[in-house]
Amino acid sequence: MTADLSETKPLTARIVAGRAPLNLKEYEAAGGYRAVRKALKELTPADVTKAVKDANLRGRGGAGFPTGVKWGLVPSLEKAPGSRYLVCNADEMEPGTFKDRLLMESDPHQLVEAMIVAGYAIQATRSYIFLRGEYVTAAKHLNAAIAEAQSAGYLGRDILGSGWSMDLHVHTGAGRYICGEETALINSLEGRRANPRAKPPFPAIAGLWGRPTVVNNVESLCNVPHIVNNGSAWFLGLNQGKSKDGGTKLYGCSGRAKRTGIWELPIGTSAREILEEHAGGMKDGLKLKAWLPGGASTDFLMPEHLDLAMDFDTIAKAGSRMGTGLLTVVDDRQNMVSVVRNLEDFFARESCGWCTPCRDGLPWTYKTLVAMEKGEGRPGDIEQLEKMTRFLAPGRPFCAHAPGAMEPLQSALKFFRGEFEATIKKIDQTTAAHAAA
Amino acid sequence: MSTANSSSNPSADVIKLADLVASASLPPTDGYVMSDEERHEIEECLHHYDDNRAASIDALKIVQKKHGWVPDGAIAEIGKAIGIPAADVEGVATFYNLIFRRPVGRNVIKICDSISCYLTGYDEVRNAISAHLRINLGQTTPDNRFTLLPICCLGACDKGPVAMINDDTHGNLLPDTIPALLEQYK
Repeated sequence: MTADLSETKPLTARIVAGRAPLNLKEYEAAGGYRAVRKALKELTPADVTKAVKDANLRGRGGAGFPTGVKWGLVPSLEKAPGSRYLVCNADEMEPGTFKDRLLMESDPHQLVEAMIVAGYAIQATRSYIFLRGEYVTAAKHLNAAIAEAQSAGYLGRDILGSGWSMDLHVHTGAGRYICGEETALINSLEGRRANPRAKPPFPAIAGLWGRPTVVNNVESLCNVPHIVNNGSAWFLGLNQGKSKDGGTKLYGCSGRAKRTGIWELPIGTSAREILEEHAGGMKDGLKLKAWLPGGASTDFLMPEHLDLAMDFDTIAKAGSRMGTGLLTVVDDRQNMVSVVRNLEDFFARESCGWCTPCRDGLPWTYKTLVAMEKGEGRPGDIEQLEKMTRFLAPGRPFCAHAPGAMEPLQSALKFFRGEFEATIKKIDQTTAAHAAA
Repeated sequence: MSTANSSSNPSADVIKLADLVASASLPPTDGYVMSDEERHEIEECLHHYDDNRAASIDALKIVQKKHGWVPDGAIAEIGKAIGIPAADVEGVATFYNLIFRRPVGRNVIKICDSISCYLTGYDEVRNAISAHLRINLGQTTPDNRFTLLPICCLGACDKGPVAMINDDTHGNLLPDTIPALLEQYK
C-alpha cells in the first residue's frame, strides 16, 4: 500500500488523513523500527553520522544547518565520558508553521524511531522531546508510542542487546516562542526562564546541564530512519534534481489561498508550484501581493520571486530565508503597514527581555507601526524603523529573535515604501515652525 | 468592568500589559497546603531529569491543573518540594504564558493573533467573542465562566482563524458560529 509512497514521500507515507496513527504492530508491519535494528546491529555510531552527513540533510527547523555536521561536533566518549543528551525541538511556534504537528500527531512512532537512531549516533544517555504545551494530541500520541517502544525493548536499558541504553521523555513546555531558540530551549528544559545562552560554547560541547547536547527539529529527525534504511544516495535523489540539498520537504501554504494545507514534495520545488498547483492559487478575487517563504522571521518576497526553488541557498540568494518552508501568502486587500504591525506585535510580546536592543527595540518598533497604521506617522518614522533594522541586525542583540523580527520589516520597507510613506502626517508650516522653536 | 469592544479600530487590539497589572490589585491568598497527591505527582516528575530544578515547570502545571491557577502560597511549597528557592519558582512562573499567576475562568479561550490567523479574519472573530462575552483580551467574565487570552501561532495555520478553548483546538472560525461554539463550554 505504501511501497510507492515510501519511495517518494518517506515522511508522510504512513499518514492517512482522518485515521488514528499506526500503533507499534502496524508501524513495524509497514517497515518501522527497521532502521533501529540496522543501526544498532550493523552500524557504528560514526557510520550513522556519516550517512546523515553524506545525505546532506539540512536542519528543517529553519536555519538549515547540516544535521550530520551538528552530530559530528559532539566530542567522543573518550574525550567526554558520562551523560550526553539528544533533544528534539518540537516547540513549533513560528507563525505560519504547522508541519511538526502533523508528523507528531499522525505518525508518532516515526519520531520515536528517529530519536533512537539519532540518540545512538551521538551515544546519548537520555533524550527529550521538548513539545510545546498546546500540542495536547501530539503529547498523547507520542507518550503512547514511547510506552509501546519501551515495552518492545527499543528504549531503556541495553537496547536490542547493543549494550547502549537511552530513555526518552516528552517534556511539555508552558509557552513562549523563545523556547524554540536552542539554548533558550535548554534553559527551559533545565527548569529556568527561557533566556538564550551565549555561544560559544555550543550545545554540542556544553548544553543541557553542561553536558554535550544535540538539539534537532522534528522534521530533520524524522528523515533519519529513512536515510539509514535506504542510504544517502537515495536520499539525495529525492530532490529530483531540483536542489543541491537532499530529501523531501514538508511545504505548506496559509493565508487566503484556495486550499491551504501541507504537502511533502522534493526539496527545491518552486514556490509557484506550491501556491498554484497544490494550494490552488489565491482565493477568487484576490491577487498575491507578497509572501513569507517560511515563517514570520523571514523576509517578504514578491510575486516575481515565485519561480524560485524553495531551498536554503536559492531563497537566501533572493534576500530572504527558506525558514520552515511553509508559505504565508499576503493578498492585495491587505495593507502592509498593518501586516508588519501584526508581525512586530508578535515579536515584541515574545521577546524574553534578556538584552536591551531586543527588549526595548521591538516595542519601539511596534509602537511606531501602531501610530503609522492610524495615519499618525511622523516625519522621521521610516528612517527610525530603518535604523532599527540596523540596530537589531545579527550580532547586536543576544540571539536571533530580534534579527528575525527585522526581516519582514526591512523587506516590507524595501518593497512597499509607498504604503509606509502614506501614513506620515503632513506637517503644516505652523507646526513645523513650532517644532523648530 | 470594561465593556465589550467591538470597534474595528486596530489600536483596540493592543493589550497593555502594564494596564492589566495595575488595573486589579490581587486579593491576598491564604497559605497553601499542598496535597499528598500533588506532592506525589511532583516527585514522579523528578525521575525524568538529571537535576530536580528541571521539574519546576511540571510542578507549576500540576498545581495549576488542580486549582486552575498558581496561588502565591504554592510557589514556596513547590520550591520546597524540588529544593530550589521560591524566588526561582516565581521567576519561572511569571516567565511562561501558560502558567497563570492570577485566577482565570473555568474555561480559558486562547485566540491566535499571529500572521496567518490575522490574514484570515482574527479581528472579526475576536470581536465576536468579545461582543458575545462582553470581555476584552486579558479579562474574565463576571460569572467566572470564560477568560479570553491572546496566544501566538497555534500551528494550525491552514485552518485559520484558530483558537483553543481549554485543550480543544478549533479552526476555520467564523464570527457567526462563535455563540454556538462557546455554548459548548459551561
